[in-house]
Amino acid sequence: MLRLIARRLALGVLVALTVMTLAFLLTRLSGDLAVSIAGPQATQADVEIVRKAYGLDRPLYVQFFAWTGRAMVGDFGQSYFFKDSVANLIQKRLPITITLGLVGLSLALIVSLPLGILAALRENTWIDRGVTLFTMVGQAVPSFWLALILMIVLGLQLGILPISGTGTWQHFVMPGIVLAFTAIPALTRLTRSGMIEAMASDYIRTARAKGLSRARIIFKHALRNAAIPVVSIAAVQLGFMLGGSIVIETVFALHGVGYLGWESIAKNDFPVVQAVVLVLAVFYIGLTLLADILNALLDPRLRTG
Amino acid sequence: MSEPIAIQAPQPSTIATSRIGTAGFAIGIAIIALVLAAALIGNWLVPQDPFTQDLGNRLKPPFWMEGSEAGHLLGTDQLGRDYLARLVYGARISLLIGIMTVITSGLIGTTLGVLGGFFGGRVDDLVLFAITTRLSIPVVLVALAVVGLMGSGLGLVVATLGLLLWDRFAVVARATTMQVRNHDYVSAAWCAGASMPHILIKEILPNIASHLAVVATLEMALAILLEAALSFLGLGVPPPLPSWGLMIAEGKDYMFFSPWVIMIPGVALAVLVLGINLVGDGLRNLLGAERLR
Repeated sequence: MLRLIARRLALGVLVALTVMTLAFLLTRLSGDLAVSIAGPQATQADVEIVRKAYGLDRPLYVQFFAWTGRAMVGDFGQSYFFKDSVANLIQKRLPITITLGLVGLSLALIVSLPLGILAALRENTWIDRGVTLFTMVGQAVPSFWLALILMIVLGLQLGILPISGTGTWQHFVMPGIVLAFTAIPALTRLTRSGMIEAMASDYIRTARAKGLSRARIIFKHALRNAAIPVVSIAAVQLGFMLGGSIVIETVFALHGVGYLGWESIAKNDFPVVQAVVLVLAVFYIGLTLLADILNALLDPRLRTG
Repeated sequence: MSEPIAIQAPQPSTIATSRIGTAGFAIGIAIIALVLAAALIGNWLVPQDPFTQDLGNRLKPPFWMEGSEAGHLLGTDQLGRDYLARLVYGARISLLIGIMTVITSGLIGTTLGVLGGFFGGRVDDLVLFAITTRLSIPVVLVALAVVGLMGSGLGLVVATLGLLLWDRFAVVARATTMQVRNHDYVSAAWCAGASMPHILIKEILPNIASHLAVVATLEMALAILLEAALSFLGLGVPPPLPSWGLMIAEGKDYMFFSPWVIMIPGVALAVLVLGINLVGDGLRNLLGAERLR
């Protein structure tokens, strides 16, 4: 068990270092950064001043090691656009993205678990097909479009929720619903197939033979086993949701990390772009590590592995 | 040691079989055929030009609403361009991006997955590492950054998405290759003196192709949705090209008074993606049925 965690942790660190390198190279893709920062109206002299001021005149490897060295201790440098350090900016925006992610995941689980169980218990009936159709439609609807539709219906026509901004808890409801929709199809399918498998297993037959009540069989025995993959995948999904919240944050003008990333891309604020890519990746790595540990803890069969 | 959860391939036994059934498969095929027809001959059938502006005829509603114009079946956009003409032109962009991305990502992912699954050991460790790294990269953000830094364009969007969406191909190719490599016909090919490339391409690949076809439908749907999202955020297909995502972005400012400007391209996107997913589901069921025999 400890060996497994240690190996996963080592892998995670290695992956994080690779992503760090990729994030650095990514921002150099545009060719000459000094030209992009100085803007279209800049003269050659302006560009040279920018190049010196931002340390872009140093060799690429010097820039790289300077950046990674400081990034390791949480110093991502200064933003070019906001008069603030990148670390500060991200720290300020992170709670919003995490709140959105948690709201989205909770909503997704509240919908997926009952739907998946229902579909599994009524396998191959019209209820099951209806649930499947629902997950497929959910997968097909573009999240930014769903966001706009919700704005029209819930925001304008019914007037029950604010359309954009961050002020109150109500501001997180619509983005949360949209984000939940990105996870509901996968989680519902997983619950359904896990539940079908569990209900067909030997221990359920034993439980039935012992004369246990149906409710007890379903919730005490089958669900416990069906939930193992759902819990671990939910952690992985949260990682994806944090990374994917950029579109939703932008539509709803929620000033989280994703929105920060989008703003910074538009403004060539590349220290921020690098840092946001890295931070989102580290979250994903941490959450998948958590998923693996949870999986091992919840499933005794894996503990010795 | 078990593999990280994030990269476990779905086990064939746990892939739940037929729920929507053959009717869904047929509907999916029909939808794709319709969109394909629109993409190929649509702009030849629709008399209007998708790029011609007519500022006197802005934001005309579609035919089922009051105040519609006879010449514009689906109305016009904020610049008076015919919406039907733009919609069928947009089908071309979505399909092109979907197909090209799947070809690119399929090549990358399948190569990595087959090599890892076939050789195992160090090679497989490297492939697993590549997949894990790729999964931890936030796709939308990185795609936005690449397009934002290098300038927008159809080719760049395809290249970016192709380089980002190969993970599921790799995961499935790797898992299925592992199952296939120990079969008798592979040993037979070895004994017959077949070369390594021959075994990989002629023996392994055809036997995992059906699984890869299912992945291809999933990735095509994902690529189409991602392109729409990138274009919606203004960093994908450049205007005036009528990408469906871009049409939604352009209609966004008018959606409270003229909701059809976002309804029409949005429904088109959802229906196309649903069609592709239905076909994928149908293929998966065919595979499942094959396994039971």
